[in-house]
Amino acid sequence: MLVIKREVCGYCGACVSVCPKGALELVDAYLTVDPDTCTECGICSGICPLGALEVKNAE
Amino acid sequence: MQSKYDVLVIGGGPGGAMAGKAVAEAGLSCCIVEKRPAIGAPVRCAEGVGNEISELVDLDPKWISSKIEGAQLIAPDGQVLELNPEMAGNEVGYVLDRKIFDRDLVWKAANAGCDVFVKSRASGAIIKDGKVCGATIEHGGETFDVYADVVIAADGVESKFARWCGINTTVPMAEIETCVQYLMTNIDIDPGLNAFYLGREVAPEGYIWIFSKGDRTANVGIGISGKMCKDGKRPKDYLDAFIAEHLPNGKIIELIVGGVSACKPLECTVADGLIIVGDAARLSDPITGGGIINAMYTGKLAGEVAAESIAAGDCSKKTLIKYDTEWRNSKMGKALKRNYQVKEIFIKLKDEKLNSIVSSVNKLDMEIFDTKYLIRELVKYNPWLLKDIGTLKRLLD
Repeated sequence: MLVIKREVCGYCGACVSVCPKGALELVDAYLTVDPDTCTECGICSGICPLGALEVKNAE
Repeated sequence: MQSKYDVLVIGGGPGGAMAGKAVAEAGLSCCIVEKRPAIGAPVRCAEGVGNEISELVDLDPKWISSKIEGAQLIAPDGQVLELNPEMAGNEVGYVLDRKIFDRDLVWKAANAGCDVFVKSRASGAIIKDGKVCGATIEHGGETFDVYADVVIAADGVESKFARWCGINTTVPMAEIETCVQYLMTNIDIDPGLNAFYLGREVAPEGYIWIFSKGDRTANVGIGISGKMCKDGKRPKDYLDAFIAEHLPNGKIIELIVGGVSACKPLECTVADGLIIVGDAARLSDPITGGGIINAMYTGKLAGEVAAESIAAGDCSKKTLIKYDTEWRNSKMGKALKRNYQVKEIFIKLKDEKLNSIVSSVNKLDMEIFDTKYLIRELVKYNPWLLKDIGTLKRLLD
């Protein structure tokens, strides 16, 4: 699953523009992920300037 | 908020503001919706613009943090290439105060008659028979359907509106510059110069910038390619290392993060009832990352074309395509195309080759600064450039 570290996130939206599925969105300046759409590809965590996104094994 | 406008603009940045102003000045009803509670904040930008901004708007001194007269390119080995105003081109101009600038642009749109709603988020597109007819807007805890003959998507790099309309706006990972910037004070800088630090060690497939915001204050930031970004090698890691070495006494008074697209523009920036402008259309410069002027130019053009199309009673893609054709044929469109190809060559250069280029440019007689002379001399000192020079020469001519 995709985990957003809210204490690290700068809410810049850089991840939104690279998500191939459009699963990420800034809502009222808070980053949200739609778990049904997210494929956990990791592109967003790869480009995050602050390392706020992490794909974690559900176990 | 009315339920129907002639034009609905999603996003209150420079692109959206210019679009709203152009529509309102044409005598049509227009509404700008901005998801943030305040226009211009938080700033996600290095705030640099070239002199050509004055072709789009009368400059107000209160927008300007610093007037820039030249630039310095610093090679990986520390050699400095000084660019005077004639050579620096786009790097000469201004460092703005976006918090004031953005608000004033939207104020101009509002003064022209455009409605503005802040903390108003588009959460979906209204599409009927394949035509974009408006947007669902969340405002003040309520949801409204707002219809329009034309919707202008000016929602920046994190744009979702065009995607909701069926257009793939995804930026490839290798072609997004992932950026961190500090507003720093207590640093020794020349307030009339912007500095660019190049090299894979400093900023892989990107650069570090120091953009003057006045005496002893500057935006100090970095952009690196998304594909070079990983744990321990994120933009913040590179920037902190640079600051520890070059600006150890500086005080950080603001942190900004964000992404800048360095890809080709969207294949088509219009659809039935829809125009996409600025960063949302991926129109930031692939080399510098600059996007303010491109957003303003395309926003204004979008507003004008929307108004013309509404007057003609046809807001289909076939009519709105005038916008797409016009910006592609403009000086901006041609520069974007050329700079994308130049970027593709330069990101492949190793640090030694960058050093060698800067070293040989420093040997040139700067009084004779024409392309043929530049290329001939560069090849003399860097014969390996011959491999790419055909492409480069064609692009520079």
